[in-house]
Amino acid sequence: MTKPKSAAVLFASLALLLASCAGSAPMDSFDPAGPEARRIVDLSIPVFIIAGVIFLLVEALIVFAVLRFRDRGDDGEPKQIHGNTKLELVWTIIPALILAGIAIPTVKAVMDLTSRPGSGLAVEVTGHQWWFEFTYPKQGIITANELVIPVGTPIDLEMTSADVVHSFWVPRLAGKRDVIPGETTYLKLQADELGEYLGQCAEFCGLGHANMRIRVKVVSQDDFDAWVANQKRPAVEPADGTAAADGKQLFLTKGCTSCHIIDGVSTTATVVAPNLTHIASRDVIAGASLNFTEDDLKAWLANPPAVKPGSYMPNLHLTSDQIDSLIAYLETLK
Amino acid sequence: MTSIATSGALRRRIPATGFWSWVTTVDHKRIAKLYGYTGFAFFIIGGLEALLIRLQLARPENAFVTPAEYNSLFTMHGTTMIFLVVMPLAAAFMNYLLPLMLGARDVAFPRLNALGYWFFLGGGIVLYSSYILATAGVPAGGFVPETISRLGSAANGGWFMYPPNSGATFSPGSVIDFWLVGIALAGVGSLVSSVNLLTTIFNLRAKGMSLMRMPVFAWMSMVVNFLLLFSIPIITVAIFMLIFDRQFGTSFFEASGGGDPVLYQHLFWLFGHPEVYILILPAMGIVSEVLPVFSRKPLFGYPAVVFAGIAIGFLGFGVWAHHMFASGIGPITQAAFGLSTMTIAIPTGIKVFNWIGTMWGGKLRFKAPMLFAIGFVAMFTIGGLSGVTHSIVPADWQQTDTYYVVAHFHYVLFGGAMFGIFAGLYYWFPKLTGRMYHERLAKWHFWLMLIGFNLTFGPMHWLGLIGMARRTYTYAPGLGFDFWNMVSTIGSFLIASSVLLFMANWIDSRRRGKPAPMDPWDARTLEWSIPSPPPEYNFGEVPAVEALDDLWHQKYDEDERGRPVRKPDADARLSDLEQRHLHPAHPPHLPAPSAFPPLAGLSALGFAFGLLYHATAFGVVLLVLATVGLVVSFLSWSQEPLEEEAGK
Repeated sequence: MTKPKSAAVLFASLALLLASCAGSAPMDSFDPAGPEARRIVDLSIPVFIIAGVIFLLVEALIVFAVLRFRDRGDDGEPKQIHGNTKLELVWTIIPALILAGIAIPTVKAVMDLTSRPGSGLAVEVTGHQWWFEFTYPKQGIITANELVIPVGTPIDLEMTSADVVHSFWVPRLAGKRDVIPGETTYLKLQADELGEYLGQCAEFCGLGHANMRIRVKVVSQDDFDAWVANQKRPAVEPADGTAAADGKQLFLTKGCTSCHIIDGVSTTATVVAPNLTHIASRDVIAGASLNFTEDDLKAWLANPPAVKPGSYMPNLHLTSDQIDSLIAYLETLK
Repeated sequence: MTSIATSGALRRRIPATGFWSWVTTVDHKRIAKLYGYTGFAFFIIGGLEALLIRLQLARPENAFVTPAEYNSLFTMHGTTMIFLVVMPLAAAFMNYLLPLMLGARDVAFPRLNALGYWFFLGGGIVLYSSYILATAGVPAGGFVPETISRLGSAANGGWFMYPPNSGATFSPGSVIDFWLVGIALAGVGSLVSSVNLLTTIFNLRAKGMSLMRMPVFAWMSMVVNFLLLFSIPIITVAIFMLIFDRQFGTSFFEASGGGDPVLYQHLFWLFGHPEVYILILPAMGIVSEVLPVFSRKPLFGYPAVVFAGIAIGFLGFGVWAHHMFASGIGPITQAAFGLSTMTIAIPTGIKVFNWIGTMWGGKLRFKAPMLFAIGFVAMFTIGGLSGVTHSIVPADWQQTDTYYVVAHFHYVLFGGAMFGIFAGLYYWFPKLTGRMYHERLAKWHFWLMLIGFNLTFGPMHWLGLIGMARRTYTYAPGLGFDFWNMVSTIGSFLIASSVLLFMANWIDSRRRGKPAPMDPWDARTLEWSIPSPPPEYNFGEVPAVEALDDLWHQKYDEDERGRPVRKPDADARLSDLEQRHLHPAHPPHLPAPSAFPPLAGLSALGFAFGLLYHATAFGVVLLVLATVGLVVSFLSWSQEPLEEEAGK
């Protein structure tokens, strides 16, 4: 069998396999859940089709040439053709026209999708090594790792970084936008369906880059209002004599307060770690790389750098009893 | 051991064999071999790094290597393959072939040529010495579960080395410094080499070899060397600014000190995009030589292919910001760079169609060089088309920094550049060694590599589009990434085994391959008009050229229907040429070997380490010694006689 032919067979079978093995892909950029991501898909699909057609055309020409013009061992020599000006013009002008056709909707989409923040819900995003902080300036809320937004509502993200360059990316909602120290970048997104959407920091940012993830929780407007109301409440005070009360004592004495803020309990000069006032209302911890479950919390508190290498939270050498108490406390912080 | 031989009629002292003859050589063919073997050694190292990366990513949440090791591996893999593999391998081809194709006895500045190699080697040594000498730091307050191993003690900021992550605050330790100094040193090598090769192309062409009679490989070399000449200074500036930021407290790229991290990104990609064409254009030149010979037809649209190459070179300086579409550079900038990026597709398409046109109506002989050349066209087309999808700016907001981009540039740089390089290695193997390679083994190499390549990098398109980010040492299960990562890992081992076949073929054929005639492929260009392997002086008498593809026209007339008819005396002409080149009427003048380029290279290496250890007494002593060494070597160089007296 000749080379390009098998390449074509290979690609056909690859495409088939892709279709059959796709399975669930919760970060699929071609499965948009909001107008920004959908606009990108709508813009991309025609281009992918055109590229696919050109791909098939070029590879077919190669396959045909290989099959048709192979040396059959006869004496005849090929005619010495040095070129053809008309053909050169054809394969210069046609691609140029195709590209011009692609260029117009591209430029329009760039202008539309990068227009400055409008009337949407404003959220400030701050990138940290290795977690995202979300501030809702109008609501006066500070949270981390999990971005809670109401369904069907335009969101205006205003982003900057506290340390290195990161990139905010939730593929089913929007393209990525870098998060840069000393600068402010903007990203619009909107989710049209309830649910959770996964994201990932997309600019290499050091040891914990792979574990710097994002969870976007899309809730109904009523649930969002309830969430806002809850977030504005002060931290829950554990009842005396409970494990949670022991946990709070540990929180105050084990050094947690030098980095973590719990409103009314601890404060820090600058933000270096997630605000824990309502940590139990979140599904994820540790840069959204772990879940807010007993198992994950245990593993995390036992040795943070072991589960999230590079972590700025050190191993505090807690006993398992201490860990249990701390978890009991954290679980009250709804 | 130095062995001094007197080469018969030439009456010139030539250290012909032994270690010192290689160290002091200024022969472009030997320097090419040094570039080639060094580049290939780094190819093995970079390939092993790739295999470790693929093993780590074979399964989700794998712990085959640590995150610190992974970050060093992908940084060093990219850096190695770009700066220490494809660039020196391209330099090997240009060094070996340009004088032979243009009808010259050597390059314009033979000692400068040697200096370029020694600087490149020094850069590679500095980069890789970090595995032994350097330390990888963790930002203050950060913790890793164990100490960082030696495998994790090489540069870890990515080959793009963006600050502030690569700055002193977030990358303490010395691995980044080793990277910066190593790349700067290798860059000087590329720069002097570009001046030398450009001068060679413009001034040392044989009589009658007008620019438009040059082989396309020479044209592409010219474009590449202009790109090097203009882009290497930019990365050098960026590197030195970053070194100043790290070492001396400046804040060019530190936002807190009034600097701008995005400035670095502009500088880096203003170099980085031309660099892509520096990597691919030599392979395009090689393919443009191979396809006509094995199609038994001239290159279709020679002027179009040449001008398309020049156009790619020019446009290459106007598209850099497409690497930064997600950097928040503003809508006008993004739209403009999206459009300029699209225009690159036009000259690239012209080349692809002309290559197919070359095959069209030909008499195709599927020897290994031809297979790799066709493979180049087929695979590069895929990389080119995925490149067009990047120019759709909003689509690139999804694609950038994902495995889709990893797939794209491997189709360009592996399916493109490396396939082209393998085509060239097989094609010129008989010229280089005087022996033929084993054809069957070479075909196995091709098929195994083609399949392994597509298995490795094909699925990455899909992985990127379904959300797999680059440069992540691990990924969570349940994201749809598992299966295709395993396929990709299996493919990478197929590639590795195909490389073993290539090495076995090369080693065995050099010793035991059938003797090669001077023109085994019935080729078209001047390098096939001299003996295989060529004598040290290349041409016994300098040829006079009357046409494009001059050698072909010496062998063939065309009948009234435009078909070639071999001249009755073609064989006699060839053997006459061979004799005249083997036994020149007048002893050719050749530059004498020189110890000063390697001495300057050694001094520069010392200077590099002096910089890296500048805070210690050892470093200061090294800096002083190296400066003396550089001054002495360049002064002696300027006083050295160009050739030794005849008969001495």
